[in-house]
Amino acid sequence: MLVSIYRYNPETDEKPVMQDVNVDLPQGKDLMVLDVLELMKQQDTSISYRRSCREGVCGSDGMNMNGTNGLACITPVSSIVKPGKKLILRPLPGLPVIRDLVVDMTIFYKQFEKVKPYLINDEPATAIERLQSPEEREKLDGLYECILCACCSTNCPSFWWNPEKFIGPAGLLQAYRFLADSRDTATVERLSALEDPFSVFRCRGIMNCVAVCPKGLNPTRAIGHIKSMLIQQAT
Amino acid sequence: MVTNVSSFGRSGLYDWIIQRLTAVVLASYTFFLLGIFILNPDLDYEQWHGIFSSFGMRFYTLLAMLSVCAHAWVGMWTISTDYLTDDMLGSKAVAVRFVFQVVCALVFLAYLVWAIQILWGIS
Repeated sequence: MLVSIYRYNPETDEKPVMQDVNVDLPQGKDLMVLDVLELMKQQDTSISYRRSCREGVCGSDGMNMNGTNGLACITPVSSIVKPGKKLILRPLPGLPVIRDLVVDMTIFYKQFEKVKPYLINDEPATAIERLQSPEEREKLDGLYECILCACCSTNCPSFWWNPEKFIGPAGLLQAYRFLADSRDTATVERLSALEDPFSVFRCRGIMNCVAVCPKGLNPTRAIGHIKSMLIQQAT
Repeated sequence: MVTNVSSFGRSGLYDWIIQRLTAVVLASYTFFLLGIFILNPDLDYEQWHGIFSSFGMRFYTLLAMLSVCAHAWVGMWTISTDYLTDDMLGSKAVAVRFVFQVVCALVFLAYLVWAIQILWGIS
């Protein structure tokens, strides 16, 4: 199969190039894109990408495959390439490239940090765990599962235009995860930090985040909940 | 929190609510005008003049005009801060964005004054 892969080594290359590589795939098997990359790396050890768990849990191998972001380890080649066509691999869009498919995720983590992704509780510590009812716990479903692979934020045009001001779908999903937590007491402060024209409101409901999330999460819905909470607080 | 001075309500929440409220006003005004045209298929100048001579119609039209200006300001401001940024234009971005926003504001103000002149100029 023909694979077109984005190559860039800032130490030696002036510009990034798309390199065509022929890869022999085993017959009768539908490989994951990560397996194809591993085969390519056996031929050319200089090809760089991040990977770890190879089962969609660690979120390391987020990349752009034939125009769509996803995790290479859980994306079957057959799901993105029609028979006889090229597999096109690029780094996650919108972030600075360190080398080949490896991107600098500093700005992504900075936006994540902004939403204070940890429980804040100013009540005296309890002798046992802070308990939640099953209903309260249920509110966190669809929020806590995020693995921070950055597939959503780097497929979001609003994040491309304002990566330093718009928190992005991944960060906002976590913002709502703590706003919705019955044990968190910083709701007012969290909301106040989000009401400017950029942090939340740059979301235009494009829903690329929902389309690409490898965990099937829905950041747009979480952003809608944040907007409702902001309106409730302000009126 | 990202600070800013040139957005309409200086708050994303207010801009967002203004955008939606003005959209409702504009939609209702559009349907109201459509209703007039449908109910009066052979509308002549005398009737048209009569409709716009009432205070209610002038008020409603002015409200629609104010909504156009507020709605357009929020929208154009958003466009300018999406596309006329440092990433796109480099160091000139602030100047270009500022000029763009001032021109937009002047155009909206001119439309508003013009609309008032027309509405209250009806004799």
